[in-house]
Amino acid sequence: MNGRQRDENPAGIHLPLDPLPGHTSRGRLERVLRRGEFAVTTELNPPDSADPEDVYNRAKIFDGWVDAINAVDASGANCHMSSVGICALLTRMGYAPIMQIACRDRNRIAIQGDVLGGAAMGVANMLCLTGDGVQAGDQPGAKPVFDLDCMSLLETCRIMRDNGKFLSGRKLTTPPQLFLGAAINPFAPPIDFRPHRLGKKIAAGAQFVQSQYCFDVPMFRAYMQKVRDLGFTEKCFILCGVGPLASAKTAKWIRSNVPGIHIPDQVVKRLEGAQDQKKEGKQLCIDIINEVKEIPGVSGVHVMAYRQEEYVAEIVDESGVLKGRQPWKREIRRDDQLVADRLDHILHDEITETQVDMVKTAH
Amino acid sequence: MPETTPAITQATLVKKAAPKSDYKPADVSPQRRVQRSFAVRLWSVRHSRLLEWFYARFADMFLAFHPLWKGIGYSRVEGPVKFVEKRVKGFMFDCRMCGQCILSSTGMSCPMNCPKQLRNGPCGGVRANGNCEVEPDMPCVWVKAWEGSRNMVHGDRILDVQKPVDQSLRETSAWLRVTAQAAAAREAARNAANPGAPV
Repeated sequence: MNGRQRDENPAGIHLPLDPLPGHTSRGRLERVLRRGEFAVTTELNPPDSADPEDVYNRAKIFDGWVDAINAVDASGANCHMSSVGICALLTRMGYAPIMQIACRDRNRIAIQGDVLGGAAMGVANMLCLTGDGVQAGDQPGAKPVFDLDCMSLLETCRIMRDNGKFLSGRKLTTPPQLFLGAAINPFAPPIDFRPHRLGKKIAAGAQFVQSQYCFDVPMFRAYMQKVRDLGFTEKCFILCGVGPLASAKTAKWIRSNVPGIHIPDQVVKRLEGAQDQKKEGKQLCIDIINEVKEIPGVSGVHVMAYRQEEYVAEIVDESGVLKGRQPWKREIRRDDQLVADRLDHILHDEITETQVDMVKTAH
Repeated sequence: MPETTPAITQATLVKKAAPKSDYKPADVSPQRRVQRSFAVRLWSVRHSRLLEWFYARFADMFLAFHPLWKGIGYSRVEGPVKFVEKRVKGFMFDCRMCGQCILSSTGMSCPMNCPKQLRNGPCGGVRANGNCEVEPDMPCVWVKAWEGSRNMVHGDRILDVQKPVDQSLRETSAWLRVTAQAAAAREAARNAANPGAPV
C-alpha cells in the first residue's frame, strides 16, 4: 500500500480514518491539529452550476497544500451550490471538507438533519456560523430564518455528538463524529467582549475557530494576548484568517462595503505605493502569515483567496508555514496503477471481437 | 465572505431592477419599519443598574402575589398582565414578546431587536462605529448590551450560553412564567427541606 500518505484510510480514500483516543472526529484536520502541526485551511469558491467537475477542478488547485477545505454555505447571502452538495462531492474524492452551516436559511429541524446527512457522507468537520443578513446578497427579499444562532447551533451539534440526542431529546442510533468549529472576528466592536465571546463558543462546543481576515496584526496580537490570559488557547485551536488583496481599490471597496472586515490605512497605502498591486497584495498576505504564525496560541492559518484561489499554493509555499510537510494529496494508489498499466491496452487496441471469434479462439 | 471585484453589489443590482413606482418606502429592513427612535431603548441600557435593582424588587413582589395569581388562575390573569407587560416593556426596551425574557443577562438591551435575533453575543459584522451591519443607522444591540452589562451587579450573566428561542412561547407573559417557575422552585425546595410534610 501507499505509505507516504499519512492520514489516509488504506481501504479507500473516501472512508473515515481510524478513531484515535481523545479525538472526537475521524477526520484529517483534527489529527493534524492535535499532532501540533501548523494547519492550513482554505475556502472553495462554490460554483453556480450543477456540474460536479466544477467542484473538482476548484478543489484540485489546493491539492497537497491544504489540510481542509471550507465548503461555504451561501456566503454573503448569495445563492451558490449548497455546502452539503459540495461536501458530498469532496468526500467522495477523499478531501477533508469543513462543512459550513449558516443559521440564516434553515431552521433547527433542517439543520439537525443536515448534520446527520453530512456526517454520514464522511464530513468530519463542521463550522457553525450565524450567517450574513439576507440584505447583503442577491435575494434581499428572502425570509431570514435565524432560528438558531451560532452558539446554540454549536451546542446542538455537541449535544448530538456527545449525548447522542437531538435537541428535542430524541435518541440517535449512531451519533455523528464531529470536530466542531466556529468563526471569530477580533476586529469588530465591542472589542473587549470578543475574547469572552470565544469563551462562550468554547463552552458551547467549539474545538477550533477560524478568524475573519486579519490585516491588522497588532490588533490580533492584543486579542491573542487576552485569549491566552483567559486560558482559551489550551481548549481550542485558533486559525488566523488571511488572504491576498487584489488592489488598493478592492481594499477600499471591501472596507466600505463588507461589514466586519477591518483594513488599516497603512495596508491601503502600501498597496497604493506598489508597482504591481496584485503582487504586493500577495506579498502582504505572506508577510502577515509570517507574523501571525509566531504569535503563541495560533495553530494555523485559514487562507481565503476569493477569486484568486490559484495563489493559495504560492502563498502557502512562499510563507513556508508547512515546514516541508505535505498535506494529504489525492494520488493514484499502487494497486490501481498496476491494474491501469495491465489493462491500458484495452482502451487503445482496435480489436472488435465477435462472439463467433471468441468461440473459435476458445477451441 | 467578501465579494471583492465588483464595484456594485448584487443586492444593488437586484434593487435597481425592481419595478419603479412613485411610492418609495424608506430603505430599511421590515423589522426596523415598526420601530420608533432608539432614545428610550438607549436610556434603558444607560440605566441598566437601576433597572436591574428595580426588576429584582418587582420580581419579588410578583412572586409574593403568587397565591393571588393562583387563586384567580394564571390563565385568567394572563390577558391583563400580558397587556401591561407588552406596553411597558415595549416602551422601555422595544420588547418583541418572545415570552422568555433575558434582559437581565443582556445588559437591559433586548436581543430580539437584533435583525439576526442573536441571543449569545454580537455577530462578526458590527461596523467600526458600533452600528448594525443590517441596519446602518441602528446601534448594534450587542454593543449596547455589553456596555449595559458592565454597569450591572450580575453583568457577567452575559457570558452564559443561552438556549435557542422557543418559538411556541411567543406572545406569552414572561413575568408570569418566571413567577410560576420561581414559586414551583420554592415549593420544591421547601418539600426537600422537610420531606415528611404533606405535599
